[in-house]
Amino acid sequence: MCLRVDHHVILDCTHVGDEVEITVDGKVIKAYEGEPILAAILNAGIKINRYTVKRKEPRGLFCGIGQCTDCAMVVDGKANVRTCITPVKAGMVIKTQDGLAKGE
Amino acid sequence: MLEKDVLVIGAGPAGLAASIEAGKYGASVLLVDLNMQPGGQLFKQIHKFFGSSAHRSGTRGYDIGKQLLKEAEESDVEIWMQSTVIGIFPGNKIAIEKGLDSGEKEMVTMQAKKIIIATGASENAIRFKGWTTPGVMGAGAAQTMINVNHVKPGQKIVMLGTGNVGLIVSYQLMQAGCDVVSLIEAAPKIGGYAVHAAKIRRAGVPIRLQHTIIEAKKGADGCVCGCVIAQVDEHFQPIPGTEETIACDTIALAAGLKPTMDLVKLAGCKLTFNGPFGGYIPLHNERMETSCEGVFVAGDTTGVEEANTALEEGKIAGISAAEDLGLLTADAASDKRAEIWDRLHSLRLGPFGERRMIEKEVVMDEYKERIGTPSPIQ
Ligand SMILES: Cc1cc2nc3c(=O)[nH]c(=O)nc-3n(C[C@H](O)[C@H](O)[C@H](O)COP(=O)(O)OP(=O)(O)OC[C@H]3O[C@@H](n4cnc5c(N)ncnc54)[C@H](O)[C@@H]3O)c2cc1C
Ligand code: FES
Repeated sequence: MCLRVDHHVILDCTHVGDEVEITVDGKVIKAYEGEPILAAILNAGIKINRYTVKRKEPRGLFCGIGQCTDCAMVVDGKANVRTCITPVKAGMVIKTQDGLAKGE
Repeated sequence: MLEKDVLVIGAGPAGLAASIEAGKYGASVLLVDLNMQPGGQLFKQIHKFFGSSAHRSGTRGYDIGKQLLKEAEESDVEIWMQSTVIGIFPGNKIAIEKGLDSGEKEMVTMQAKKIIIATGASENAIRFKGWTTPGVMGAGAAQTMINVNHVKPGQKIVMLGTGNVGLIVSYQLMQAGCDVVSLIEAAPKIGGYAVHAAKIRRAGVPIRLQHTIIEAKKGADGCVCGCVIAQVDEHFQPIPGTEETIACDTIALAAGLKPTMDLVKLAGCKLTFNGPFGGYIPLHNERMETSCEGVFVAGDTTGVEEANTALEEGKIAGISAAEDLGLLTADAASDKRAEIWDRLHSLRLGPFGERRMIEKEVVMDEYKERIGTPSPIQ
């Protein structure tokens, strides 16, 4: 699945960052450096970012501007990273967050 | 400890304008925002604005954003992005979780003679069965994904709400190549401007009035695979037997915005409840000063409006801060404010604007009655 917006009547959608690779739950996906992690993984068809603490319910993109924390994942061993406001860097290792995930 | 004349919190149109203005008169300004890029909500607004040419009508929000960023760069405003203000204490001390280039965060405490809070607004949620399922999101979130991040939130979208945000975002989703299946509205008529609704109708997308979403359907992958809608009665209650299921992978909620009040509350600013402005807001005077001395507010934090009013209020806050720092005479400052208030009056015209103009007066009258002169942060 590809969800990138490529042709747009108003917007110029060329990417400024280099194309790089990141790993999400062991799977390598393509991303652009500097874009929000959430955008890259959504494009790869991944919609669940974390599971809640008590009921283990899935959560994903809700506000897109860093307000709700539903998009929190474990990024390079650090838990509770809001992926909608954290830019991609080449080689990042990202994991779906389970509950409060202590990180590593 | 780091010291600045002015700390501006939030780099949307209000915060950017406040920073540029205060900087122009010689104040040292630090502008802090938790997002990756400055501009706040401006860069997702790719439609042309209404209004007179003095108010940049016909201009797209993101062009206003570019212009503001250029001006901010030309002035000496210091900007910290990916940095969140998490505390405001007596003596105007501020705690900031500063984002470093390495991606790490660092705790910084600083002191600012004046504080301008321009933290914007957040979207209201609507609760129905399954509303937390991935694929249900704010209309603004969907708008951010397509217009700023250039990734579609999904392929088939159902929009709940037909105010201007619901209508505009639906159209923008279509421009981005999404299939907008339907717009759902509980009221008997469309909430936003007719011109926006006409664009949706021309594209053949049904607008279902007197309907609401009662359930988000969850697929085997744990994400949205459809929604159940139902007709509502005059009390907005779903009518049993009228349920229909619509297949979709995204449900966008356009149910209005409410001012972001966390920092205003932390500072101890006195509040008032105002329905048309979206909920609780800080009382302020015509200088945009709150009940706390040296704490100013501007933009959606003072009541949800739009980018141009946010920008003008930001300028007023910047001018008032500069005045209190002794960088502008009282006369010069009040002349400049009067000019801006004139522009704000003409912005607050028309069916939606007039109401806000009246409410602004109510807020400032209440300030006079309950507060009069501000006192330092407790
Ligand atoms: C999702 C969304 C979509 C919108 N779409 C439209 C539209 O299409 N058309 C339209 O006319 N209006 C729209 N609006 C209305 C919009 O609010 C105004 O047009 C305008 O952007 C308000 O400007 P502002 O500067 O007050 O707030 P904003 O532009 O929201 O800027 C506030 C900034 O403060 C930052 N911030 C908040 N808290 C903190 C903190 N603790 N520390 C550091 N930084 C912080 C935020 O990251 C944000 O960048 C939208 C609003 C939202 C929330
Ligand atoms: S989606 Fe809300 S914080 Fe990221």
